[in-house]
Amino acid sequence: MTVWVGSGVARPSKRNRSEKSREKQVEKTIGYEGTFLADRVYPRGARHTPEMIADLSRRAYEYRAQVLRMVYERKSGHIGGAFSIAEILTALYFHHLRIDPERPGWPDRDRLVFSKGHACAMLYTVLAHRGFFPVAELRTFRSLNSRLQGHPEPGKTPGVEVAAGPLGHGVAIGAGMALGAWLADSRRNVYVILGDGELDSGVIWEGLLVAAKFGLSNLKVIVDYNGVQQTGATATVMPTEPIAAKWASFNWHVTEIHGHNMAEILDALDRADEIHGRPAVIIARTTKGKGVSFMENAPHWHGGIPDDDQFRIATEELQEGVRQWQA
Amino acid sequence: MASLIQTPFGDRAGMRKAYGEALVELGRARRDLVVLSADVSNSDFSYMFESAFPKRFFNVGIAEPAMVDAAVGLANSGFVPIANTFAFLFSTRALEMVRTHLCYGRANVKLAGAYAGLSDSFDGPTHHAITDLAILRSLPNMTVVVPADPLAVARLLPQVADWNGAVYFRLCRNEVPQIFTEDYEPEIGKGILLMDGDDVTIVSCGVMVGRSIQAVRILAAERLSVRVVEIHTIKPLDAALVERCAVETGALVTAEEHSVIGGLGGAVAETLVQTRPVPLERVGIADTFAESGPYPDLLDKYGLSVAAIVDAVHRVLQRKVACALKAAAS
Repeated sequence: MTVWVGSGVARPSKRNRSEKSREKQVEKTIGYEGTFLADRVYPRGARHTPEMIADLSRRAYEYRAQVLRMVYERKSGHIGGAFSIAEILTALYFHHLRIDPERPGWPDRDRLVFSKGHACAMLYTVLAHRGFFPVAELRTFRSLNSRLQGHPEPGKTPGVEVAAGPLGHGVAIGAGMALGAWLADSRRNVYVILGDGELDSGVIWEGLLVAAKFGLSNLKVIVDYNGVQQTGATATVMPTEPIAAKWASFNWHVTEIHGHNMAEILDALDRADEIHGRPAVIIARTTKGKGVSFMENAPHWHGGIPDDDQFRIATEELQEGVRQWQA
Repeated sequence: MASLIQTPFGDRAGMRKAYGEALVELGRARRDLVVLSADVSNSDFSYMFESAFPKRFFNVGIAEPAMVDAAVGLANSGFVPIANTFAFLFSTRALEMVRTHLCYGRANVKLAGAYAGLSDSFDGPTHHAITDLAILRSLPNMTVVVPADPLAVARLLPQVADWNGAVYFRLCRNEVPQIFTEDYEPEIGKGILLMDGDDVTIVSCGVMVGRSIQAVRILAAERLSVRVVEIHTIKPLDAALVERCAVETGALVTAEEHSVIGGLGGAVAETLVQTRPVPLERVGIADTFAESGPYPDLLDKYGLSVAAIVDAVHRVLQRKVACALKAAAS
């Protein structure tokens, strides 16, 4: 278990003792120092037991707490979209993906294209806890000389497949990877994580056409449909509903799930793998800022940075989220 | 050295056909080669690859951004993709994909830019690519290669595929004179001394190589000794060769089928201004869009004629002499 302690960030110097001790208490209980279940992986095919579902659900909250701390300490990053994708990334990296942190370049690994690159604090957190690089390195997020860039950079961060940040690339890149798997006669799958805001982008729909034309049944897209983008609700910024009907009309197999329900996520991923003859999309209905009351559904928390009080309150709420899944 | 150039030039031959044939040959040699098209394969002649290797050819429709992104995915999967469409589209519509994934993300994707320069002459300025070198050259991790005749296409394309990283391979639409002999062995990143001379050096690329040689033959009648260097790799520029020419001839002219802003002339100027500032004249398209018309006429009208190169040599020699007189006086 890698320990990640301290912050190295200058804090207000004048604070009363009770506040300090309360913060220390929060740090201790949130789990950086040993409450993770040693990053347990449930192999592909493992039965979705209630214990597994509870464990993965609990860890999604712990990973949120880690993201919160990274953004709070760096005073930079994107929390809202990272929180909405926590359960989905946890399900993929700790159960569904056929990957090997010891061999990030293994040719037959499943590919994950993280198209909504701004939410990479969660991707980095999950990759670190999956063993792609030391958890301690997460504290270097967005710092000079760090391998953890503001948005993902392949080749720099182990486990990152492609650059992301400018939105809209995921489906077309995933289609290329799926064609590559087909040409290589490989059974590997390609998973693409999209935000709903990036559905505004035209190249997304070019990608849908390409994937459907070639019948890429090894391509699985998950849309983190949290309903909020940078300046407001997606419904008002750029309406994309009825989104399921749109994807279906492009000849994709469509399912819709509750994107914070671990059991639904795990089942949907399994079912998506059984789709043949066409690509599959899972529209995951999620909540931006999930897990922290004042962050949920608030556009400000797309890129907002918590102050000391907000950090403390958010940490406590996430801790409560962890507790609700503890046996 | 003169043996690299045919005298007189060989018959005109198609650059597109040369590209299609080279692509097929490469596909035979490399099973990891895949070709993507944005539905202009009968224009750029990548259809020849499609006929030979249909399984490794993907037409994504008129969707250049998706084509480049799909190529990124194929590169991630261990293949060597060559994406094909009109040159201007790579440096305009699909540019963000090129910058983010090929350059920043270091995806090993090759871009074959067809109909470059003014070569899609009749289709007009919407289809001309006269700023592509400037745009793509400015991107970190991008390599830019411009073949000058059909043999150069055949000799350079395999190196483009072998090159570790993104390459923009800039192709002419039309038939051009065959310039090079079988002894021509280009190497990405290295300029080639085609004709030696002492008074001035003409540095050129693409179709302007042939026109530069024609200019030198005219200038020889004036007893001027002019050197011709082919820079087929605009980036990384063979700075050492350019600097050596500056030292040895004291004046340079660049000639390219591109805007005078930021292309070969820009690259040479950037190099020399820091190391060997000597008089330099740039032959290229003035900061303007061109128009529709026959290709040779269009080249001539927009400042790329043989006479324009001759004039530039005269101008640069006057400046060279003026500099020498000023130096002697002081």
